[in-house]
Amino acid sequence: MPPSETTQRVAVLAEPTSRRLGVAFGATLLRDLNRVRRRRGEVLNPLVFYALAVSLFPIGISPEAELLAVMAPGLLWVTALLATLLSLDGLFRSDFDDGSLEQMMLSPQPLAALSIAKVAAHWLVTGLPLALMAPLLGIMLALPFHSMGVLMASLALGSASLSLIGGIGAALTVGLPRGGVLLSLLVLPLYIPVLIFGTGAVQAAIQGDAVLPHLAMLGALLAAALIFAPWAIAASLRISING
Amino acid sequence: MALSVEFKPVFDCVGWHVSLSLQGRQLGCERDGRWLFEGLDIDVHCGDIWHVAGPNGSGKTTLLKVLAGQFNEFCGALHWQGKPLGQSREHLAANMLYLGHSPGVSAGLTPLENLAWYEALHDECSDATQREAALAVMGLEGFEDVPVGHLSAGQQRRVALARLSLTPRALWILDEPFTAIDQAGVEALEAQLLAHARAGGAVVMTTHHVLAIDHLLRHVALG
Amino acid sequence: MWGLIHKLGSPKWFYYRSAALQPWCWGVATVLLLVGSVWGLVFAPADYQQGNSFRIIYVHVPAAFLAQSVFVAMAVSGLVFMVWKIKLADMAAAAMAPLGAAMTFVALFSGAVWGVPTWGTWWIWDARLTSMLILLFLYLGVIALRGAFSRRDSGARAASVLAMVGVINIPIIKYSVDWWYTLHQPASFTLTSRPAMPMEMWLPLLIMVVGFYGFFIALTLTRTRSEILRREANTRWVKALLEEVN
Repeated sequence: MPPSETTQRVAVLAEPTSRRLGVAFGATLLRDLNRVRRRRGEVLNPLVFYALAVSLFPIGISPEAELLAVMAPGLLWVTALLATLLSLDGLFRSDFDDGSLEQMMLSPQPLAALSIAKVAAHWLVTGLPLALMAPLLGIMLALPFHSMGVLMASLALGSASLSLIGGIGAALTVGLPRGGVLLSLLVLPLYIPVLIFGTGAVQAAIQGDAVLPHLAMLGALLAAALIFAPWAIAASLRISING
Repeated sequence: MALSVEFKPVFDCVGWHVSLSLQGRQLGCERDGRWLFEGLDIDVHCGDIWHVAGPNGSGKTTLLKVLAGQFNEFCGALHWQGKPLGQSREHLAANMLYLGHSPGVSAGLTPLENLAWYEALHDECSDATQREAALAVMGLEGFEDVPVGHLSAGQQRRVALARLSLTPRALWILDEPFTAIDQAGVEALEAQLLAHARAGGAVVMTTHHVLAIDHLLRHVALG
Repeated sequence: MWGLIHKLGSPKWFYYRSAALQPWCWGVATVLLLVGSVWGLVFAPADYQQGNSFRIIYVHVPAAFLAQSVFVAMAVSGLVFMVWKIKLADMAAAAMAPLGAAMTFVALFSGAVWGVPTWGTWWIWDARLTSMLILLFLYLGVIALRGAFSRRDSGARAASVLAMVGVINIPIIKYSVDWWYTLHQPASFTLTSRPAMPMEMWLPLLIMVVGFYGFFIALTLTRTRSEILRREANTRWVKALLEEVN
């Protein structure tokens, strides 16, 4: 049967060639950002939650500026952590449900690298906006002005670790019908070191102490998370996908 | 495309520069102490269209995943082109197109963007014209820039199936490709499968549809 | 080597082999725990600062040791299960998790009880207690994750991954909590950091620690054996075994 009769290209076995990781990584990152662009509400929700939850504390505790200023670093950090947590459940959920994750596994690129692209997108639309928004809420909590820069830097640096560590939890629970609550149970204990050094940095800035050691520790945590988390995320995704 | 039924179940591949062989011997898969399937032999050669049949939960999807080299918790031997899968996994992956039970298209992206992402994952260059042509084959003209979430289930499936004509691969592994597809679409897809087999490719698929080309298929039953 | 690993990994082989070992483990653990408690609670001298309340270390310290070791053992079992696909390792990990959580709770509870005469309060955010509390949450996470999967094998894999992630994090958490504690308040005297404990005090402590480990091994053996029977209930050898018993 000559092939000209068909519209089909003749199947020829191809040798596997080296595929550029950068192309796949960039495309995955842009794809996630692109999706977010169409559904802006999903980006805004954690930010609104952040603002709302922070404003609960003066109401619940006391409007006294001195008291709030003392608690501000912790409040801003804990609430940012919870806001990140809130957004984590959606990190892999839609890709899991529609079968895209399964296709990512079949790509010649390592799943670990592709999941990092997704985590990076998550940080860009959650962690980074939270960090940029924090000074605004800091003003409301009477946080001294000179510590705003450190607050932003610590949140930007720390929330990247939060996204990475949270990615592990999200990958482990993505196959479960109601994984959201379990996700917080798994992830929150692992967040504690980030919280400690994050608030530590802001407190040091307020008191005029050296900030760099804290930020360096946050950087070290991020480096460790960058080394270990991708493999854990990839292994967890495989478990979730293959059931 | 005109279809005649004189084709032999196994298309004659002599003369093609293709000799495709995926061989499974004594394949078995156990989950939580229960055997989904056991002692299964399957030989996929060029020109074959295999139909994996069986009731729900009999392990059809798992078998397809095993054959696609993406599920390793199985016993038995799997050879691609005469080499055990351990040595030939990359080669298999480069020549195989797997479309899973879920279509694998993202609701937030347009069909064109979905296809472009897949191309990028595999670092395959094709331009927007080719993607549009592939979508047109599936009858999706005019929907190229509509987010997939706004399309019907059948149309979403068609977006995934557009990869069949966009990405030339010898072995197609298709999990329920006919789900949600209308009658005309089923016929067109059947024709496409036949054409692929005639061109020297091979297909392994599951379906609950009764197909017009059923007598041309090779069957393996699970459960 | 490979053959040995697989032999060790065979649940049937393990079940029969451990039958002889089991009573010995229980016997040694019981004797050590009895000797250690009587010695520690009755004969060891009272502390010159804390009086008799210090004696709670004979429970607190071994429990805290065990709480951490069990998590490591669980992660190692998880690694063995993931790498070599030895299901026995997972059965052991599943058997260990609740015990580890219980030990963590015992360490926390005994620490809290000790806090009443010492600090005059049930809870103080002491670095050690805080780390223990986080460890308890880690245990609860592993147990909950395993239970959340409807497929047992998937739950086992997920729990293994989480245990390994946890074990990498435990030192980081411990270090950061210590840092946090020293930053906020000067280290007052804690339950366990005491200079030069006399021989009569630490020898019973040593016996108690070894006894707790013996108890852990014995209990894990027993729980793993019953887990084997539960999971292999459909195999020929377990059915034959049950017929023998009946």
